[in-house]
Amino acid sequence: MSSAAITRSPGESEWILPSRGRVGMFSLIAAESAIFTIFVVAYIFYLGKSLSGPMPKDVLETPIFNTVCLLSSSLTIHLAVRALRSARVNAFGLWWFVTMVLGSIFLVGTGREWQHLIFEKGLTISTNLFGTTYYSLVGLHAFHVTVGLMGIVLVMIFALLGKMEPAHSDRVDVFSMYWHFVDAVWVVVFTVVYVIGR
Amino acid sequence: MASETIAITGTAEIGRPISERLHDWIVTVDHKKLGILYIVYALVFLVIGGIEATIMRIQLIVPHNQFVSPQVFNRMMTMHGTTMIFFMVMPILFGFGTYLIPLMIGARDMAFPRLNAFSFWMTAFGGLLLYFSFIGGNGLYGAGNAPDVGWWAYAPLTSRAFSVGHSTDFWTVALLVSGVGSIGTGVNFIATILCMRCPGMTLGKMPLLAWLNLVVGWMVLFCISPLTAAQIMLCIDRYLGGHFFDTQAGGSAVLWMHFFWIFGHPEVYILVVPAFAFVSEIVPVFSRKPIFGYPIMVAATIGIGFISFSVWAHHMFTVGMSSYGNSFFVFTTAAIAVPTGIKIFNWIGTMWGGKIQFRAPMLFCIGFLFQFLIAGLTGIMLGAAPFNWQLSGSYFVVAHFHYVIVGGILFAVFAAFYYWFPKMSGRTYNEVLAKWHFWLFLIGFHMTFDFMHIPGILGMPRRIYTYEPGRGWEIWNLIVTIGVLFQIAAILIFVCNLLWSLFKGDPAGNDPWDAWTLEWSTTSPPPEYDFATLPAVKSRRPLWDIKHPEDPDWKYE
Repeated sequence: MSSAAITRSPGESEWILPSRGRVGMFSLIAAESAIFTIFVVAYIFYLGKSLSGPMPKDVLETPIFNTVCLLSSSLTIHLAVRALRSARVNAFGLWWFVTMVLGSIFLVGTGREWQHLIFEKGLTISTNLFGTTYYSLVGLHAFHVTVGLMGIVLVMIFALLGKMEPAHSDRVDVFSMYWHFVDAVWVVVFTVVYVIGR
Repeated sequence: MASETIAITGTAEIGRPISERLHDWIVTVDHKKLGILYIVYALVFLVIGGIEATIMRIQLIVPHNQFVSPQVFNRMMTMHGTTMIFFMVMPILFGFGTYLIPLMIGARDMAFPRLNAFSFWMTAFGGLLLYFSFIGGNGLYGAGNAPDVGWWAYAPLTSRAFSVGHSTDFWTVALLVSGVGSIGTGVNFIATILCMRCPGMTLGKMPLLAWLNLVVGWMVLFCISPLTAAQIMLCIDRYLGGHFFDTQAGGSAVLWMHFFWIFGHPEVYILVVPAFAFVSEIVPVFSRKPIFGYPIMVAATIGIGFISFSVWAHHMFTVGMSSYGNSFFVFTTAAIAVPTGIKIFNWIGTMWGGKIQFRAPMLFCIGFLFQFLIAGLTGIMLGAAPFNWQLSGSYFVVAHFHYVIVGGILFAVFAAFYYWFPKMSGRTYNEVLAKWHFWLFLIGFHMTFDFMHIPGILGMPRRIYTYEPGRGWEIWNLIVTIGVLFQIAAILIFVCNLLWSLFKGDPAGNDPWDAWTLEWSTTSPPPEYDFATLPAVKSRRPLWDIKHPEDPDWKYE
């Protein structure tokens, strides 16, 4: 038995496998979707089952501006990754910064909405079923935005230090998959909470 | 063969102080070390969970026994179930997967080695948290206690009113933490199997163990996540005053049952599919034949993966669902028996006409085949709603799922232990002791779990801490508990064999079984880098091709 038989002979065609970063992130997104699904199911299941007020239609206002900001951040992060891939580092830094600002606006907006609900409308997580499911679902999403923003800030620091190069574009691309996912989840949450749920 | 090694630090290992070697184990990101850590950790919990089971069986040996109080019995029941599922069977299967997958697909490590270490330590800390409840369950004011809400933790048992102190929170957080670890393992399995295969190993040429663990990885993502979500909700209920499962505020106790069993039933398949994987690797080697029906095996596994997510409510027939709901879950439960049956036929087809060698791994696999078949048959019985209404919540159910987990999964795990022990340790185990282990465990298993069906049919409810005399249950409970003694003796022999062989066993050589998958082409134990040169394969049995250059597999596949 020689070692030749089981090792690779030169001249064979190139052996190409999927990128582990993309596969890993895709798997993580699959798991996260399952978590969100359970929270969305709970929200829908408990619609109109609260025994006391306030009800969604009394207190919720549709956060149009927030939604526009978050969804457009998907476009800007895409433009940022494309810029890095074609070695336009400054354009990358600019689009990345815009993404960060848009994500932060969304978080601040959610914070203001909660402040309004808690202190003016008297709705807390323990008030009724609506409060429990609303703060859990929106909070779970906001938590994911926060985690994403932490990543964005980290990359922003590297960009400001001039450490971002085209070689990093694959990794930044994998990260952007997560951000797109967070945006896609918001479409579902928005539809369920502010359109169907009211 | 590609068993050449690169001398890096090999001989320096012996003289190093023990503290340094321990430090190596703690900071390691090597898939082989992490795999062994998982397995050792799981064995410790096997003993702990076994002690808890023994305490329950001693309590039930005669009617009106006073060995433990009802409170202690409930804690033992909860801890036994939780420990065995989350901290014994899952880690041991993940351990074998972590150890074997890179070796079998010709890779040098998992796709994400650090995530791998993170997953293990999350699982480990989850187990520690669960057991910390014994001293911290009441918040350390006085004597603590362990959770006593059952491993399914139905609402409203888990509400603040009925679970005072922190014991239920330890349970919740332990499962949350170890669940995060499991999701990491699922991600890692998928990425490793899809992205790290050696040249030539297309999906259709992967060993079945890799295929089956790929399916397990997917199932972990979609099955553990609902549990994680449900545990977050329970935390919100208990700590922030939420109302998810609070019926007095309009919440639903049945919703918890749905969420729990959406996790709970696929979980059974997460546990059993790796067991299928072991059997699919071991049976061909000891029958001296390639696996029968490879593509059908893969298709059946994927079928199980999908159908297993549509059967959960057969745990809830007695809750009072609509007749449409009942019918749907009866149908899906019957449907999942089809791919499972296909697998059993394929293993028999592999053995058929083979030169069967009755070594310990094969004996355990044959035990697995028969017992898993019976477990599946009682499963179909319980899957029929009218039959289920009669027997749900009885010892018949307990006997059924222990038949699956002990008679099926644990037997396959023992087979895997004996089969891969020479690879992991570099030494052979003692075959005589292994056979004693098999026969004693077989006798003990059948005494305990065959006879456990009967008090169930006679109406003995599960989860009770004692029972009245004169109902015809006494003799059966006595036999069931006596069977435990045989199992304990078998496990002691197993542990002794393991320890003795680890230090005194004969050197095993690279390929003691004359097997065909890549892990046997490297040294035993494998070097840190697994393969000096990455292998390239042309068929499903690369080592057969090398050993039989005149008649290689790739000519026919």
